[in-house]
Amino acid sequence: MSQPLEPEVAAVNTGAKASGSLYARRTKIFPKEAHGTFRRLKWYIMAVTLGIYYITPWLRWNRGPNLPDQAVLLDMLHRRFYFFFIEIWPQEFYFVAGLLVMAGVGLFLVTSVVGRAWCGYTCPQTVWTDLFIAVERFVEGDRNARMKLDAAPWSAHKLFLRLSKHVVWIVIAMATGGAWIFYFADAPRLLISLFTGQAPFVAYATVGVLTATTYVFGGLMREQVCIYMCPWPRIQAAMLDEDSLVVTYNDWRGEPRSHGRKKALAQGVAVGDCVDCNACVAVCPMGIDIRNGQQLECITCALCIDACDDVMGRLGMPKGLVSYSTLRDYNHNMALASPQAGKIEPGRLRDGAGNFISAVRHFDWHVILRPRTLIYVGLWSLVGVGLVTALFMRDHLRLNVLHDRNPVFVKLSDGSVRNGYVVKLLNMQPDARTVALSIEGLPGATMSLAGEDAPQGRSMNVALESDKLENLHLFITVSPQLLKNGKSEFKIIAADQRLGSSAVYDASFETEGSK
Amino acid sequence: MDHKRDIDEPSGVSTTGHEWDGIKELNNPLPRWWRNTFYLCIVFAIGYTIVYPAWPGLTGATKGIWGWSSRHDLQTSVDQAAATHAAVEQKIASGDIKAILADPEMKAFAVAAGASTFKAFCTQCHGSGAQGAIGYPNLNDDEWLWGGTPDQIVATISHGVRFTSDKDTHTSQMPAFGHDGILDAGKVADVTNYVLQLAKLDHDAQKASNGAKIFADNCAACHGDVGEGKQEVGGPPLNNQIWLYKGTAQAIMAQINNPRHGVMPAWEPRLGTTKVKELAAYVISLGGAK
Repeated sequence: MSQPLEPEVAAVNTGAKASGSLYARRTKIFPKEAHGTFRRLKWYIMAVTLGIYYITPWLRWNRGPNLPDQAVLLDMLHRRFYFFFIEIWPQEFYFVAGLLVMAGVGLFLVTSVVGRAWCGYTCPQTVWTDLFIAVERFVEGDRNARMKLDAAPWSAHKLFLRLSKHVVWIVIAMATGGAWIFYFADAPRLLISLFTGQAPFVAYATVGVLTATTYVFGGLMREQVCIYMCPWPRIQAAMLDEDSLVVTYNDWRGEPRSHGRKKALAQGVAVGDCVDCNACVAVCPMGIDIRNGQQLECITCALCIDACDDVMGRLGMPKGLVSYSTLRDYNHNMALASPQAGKIEPGRLRDGAGNFISAVRHFDWHVILRPRTLIYVGLWSLVGVGLVTALFMRDHLRLNVLHDRNPVFVKLSDGSVRNGYVVKLLNMQPDARTVALSIEGLPGATMSLAGEDAPQGRSMNVALESDKLENLHLFITVSPQLLKNGKSEFKIIAADQRLGSSAVYDASFETEGSK
Repeated sequence: MDHKRDIDEPSGVSTTGHEWDGIKELNNPLPRWWRNTFYLCIVFAIGYTIVYPAWPGLTGATKGIWGWSSRHDLQTSVDQAAATHAAVEQKIASGDIKAILADPEMKAFAVAAGASTFKAFCTQCHGSGAQGAIGYPNLNDDEWLWGGTPDQIVATISHGVRFTSDKDTHTSQMPAFGHDGILDAGKVADVTNYVLQLAKLDHDAQKASNGAKIFADNCAACHGDVGEGKQEVGGPPLNNQIWLYKGTAQAIMAQINNPRHGVMPAWEPRLGTTKVKELAAYVISLGGAK
C-alpha cells in the first residue's frame, strides 16, 4: 500500500496542515464614518426605504363599509391582497408574478448599468447594517474609539457602552419585526392586541423570529451574511459586463503609491496619486481594500469613493482616484499608462501642466445606453404596460362552471335529461349586486337550482354579496322532444345590466350517446 | 514528498490542486462561525432525539421526554373539529329533517357530513355519484320506489328495504308469473308489450292490446290502472322512462317471469338517527327529491 499518492490528493492532504487551519477567525471590522456624495445618498435612501417599511401599514384607504381601510394589506384569512385602489384575489396572483418578473428584469438592468447597486444601497441587509453601524458609532464613537474600546479590558464603562448598544439594536430589531406583521392585519387593532397580549401566537412568533434575525444579521453577522450566506454576489457578478459602472481603484493614476509623495516628487521619482493613506480601507464596511481590484466582498456602497475624494480634495488633486468606472475605460487607461505589462508609468497620462491627456477616458453617461440595457428597459416596460392594461381591463364579475362528472347526466321519469353544473360567480367589487344568470343555445332547456322549487326558466336572478364568491348548483334540463343525442354546446351567461358587465362560459350538455 | 503547494496568483490563496478547464479550486478556509453552527446543529439534533420520539429499541422507539406523538396530535385535531361541530350536530340530532333543510347552516353541514357517510356505506350499491346501476336505484332522478319526500327518504334509510330483521322495513313481493306458471309464455309476451306501450317504447300493437286485460287482472292492483305505480304497496311506476332492471322488452319479460327483488339494510341501528338524517339531506341535495 505504499503506492505514491496522486499529486492533487497529496496537495489536499498537506494543504490543510500547511495553512494551519481549515477555519478562519473573523477579522473585526470597524468602519469609519465617511462624508460625501455617496454617504449622503445612502442616508437619503435609508430614510426613504425604512420610512416606506415602517409607515406603509399605517396608511389608510377608504374602500367603503364592506372592505378593510388599510392601504396595503395582505389578508391571508380572507385571501385578499389590497394595494391602495387595487384589490387582488388569489386567482389574480399573476399580477404579483408579473411584478416579480419586473423586479427581476429591473435588477438585471440596474446591475448591467451600475453593478451591485442593489447590494450597496437598497438591500435590507445593507440598510439595516448601516443603521446598526450608525447606532454603534453614536454609542461607542468612531473607528479609533471603537478599536480602543474593543482592545480595552472589561470595565463598568465598557459594559455600559456595550449594553446600551445592544439594547438599542434589539429595540430596532423588535420594531422591524413588529412592523412586518402589520402588513397582514389591521395595524391599529393589531398594535393594541399586541401590547395587551391578545394577538394570535403567530404574530408574536413572527415578531420574535424577525427580531432575532434583524439583531443577528444587522448587528452581529453583518458582512458575513453578504460574503458567506447570500447567493446574490455570485449571481450579480456574473451579470456585469465591461461597460458596467463599478467601484474601481484607478491604479493607472494611483500607482506606484507612496506615503511620501512630495519627497518622492522632489527627488524626481515618478509616483502615482495614491498617498496610501488607507482612508478607503478604513471606511469599508466589508473590510476590504478596493485597491486590490474587484472583489466578491465588495457591495459597491461607494463609501471608499467618498473617503478618497475627501483626501484628494484636501491634497488639491483631482477627485476620482477611486470612482465608478467601466472595465473598458479602465483597461484603455491601463494600456496607456503601462506600455510594458505590469509597470505603470503615471507620468505618461499627464501633460506638462499636470492635467490628464485627452486620450484618457473618463466617465461618459452614453455608456448607459447600449443594446443590453435598452433590451432590459424594453422588456421591463413591456411587462409593466401589460400588467397595467390587464389591471384596468379586468372584469369584476367572473363566472366559472364545473360540469358534474358523476353522473354526467340523469334521466328523469318523463324522459327528459338533466345535467348538473357547479357555477361559481365571483363578485369582485365592494358592493352587493344582482346578476342575471341565463343560458343561450340548447333549445328546450330550462334551468333550476338544486334544492329549490323556483320556477324553471331560461334565466334567473342571483343576489351576490359584496366581494364574495357565490357557489350555485345549477341543473339544466332538456325535455325529451328536443333532446339530441350526444354532446351539445351552449353558453351560460352572467350579466349585470346595471354595470353593463358580463361573463360568458362555454358549457356542454351531455346525454346518452355522449362519448 | 516534494510536491509544492500551488498558489493562485491574483488572490494569493493556495489551491486544492483540483482544476477544471483551467479553473482552479481555491482552498479558502471556512469561517469559524460556520463550523460552530455545524456543531450547534449536532447538539440540537441530539437534544431533539431526547425530546421527541427517536431512538429505536427492541420493543419500540424511545418516547421522548415531551411525550409528543402524532397520534395524540391527530386526536387533538379530531377533538377540536368535534368541538367546533358540536353545536350544529346537536341541532341536527334534535331537529327533524324538514327543520334541518330549512336552516342553511344545518343543511350545509348535514349535506357535507351525509356525503362523507354516503361514500363509506352507500357507494358500494348506489355508486360514488349515487347514480345507481342495474338493480340499484339512481338517487339523482325523480322516481322514488318508496317515496321521495324528506320524511319518506329518512324512513327508507332508517328501516331499509326487505330487511327482514327490521319490522318497519319496506316490503313488496311480485309473483313470479312465468316461473310459477301463473301466466303462460304467450301472455307474458302480451303483457310485456302492453307495459312497453304504457312507457311509450317500441312495442307490438296487437300483443299490447291483448295484454291490456291481462295487466288489469294481474298487475294493476300493485302497479296502478295505467301503470302509474303505487308507492304504498311498493309497486313501481311502469309508465315512465326509469327502469330499475332496464327498459328493454327482454329485461321486462325476464322481470315478469321471475322477478328480482333488491334488499337494502336498515341503517338506523348501525349509524344512528343523526347520521341517517344527514344521509337524507345529502340524497335530497342531489336534486331528485320531491
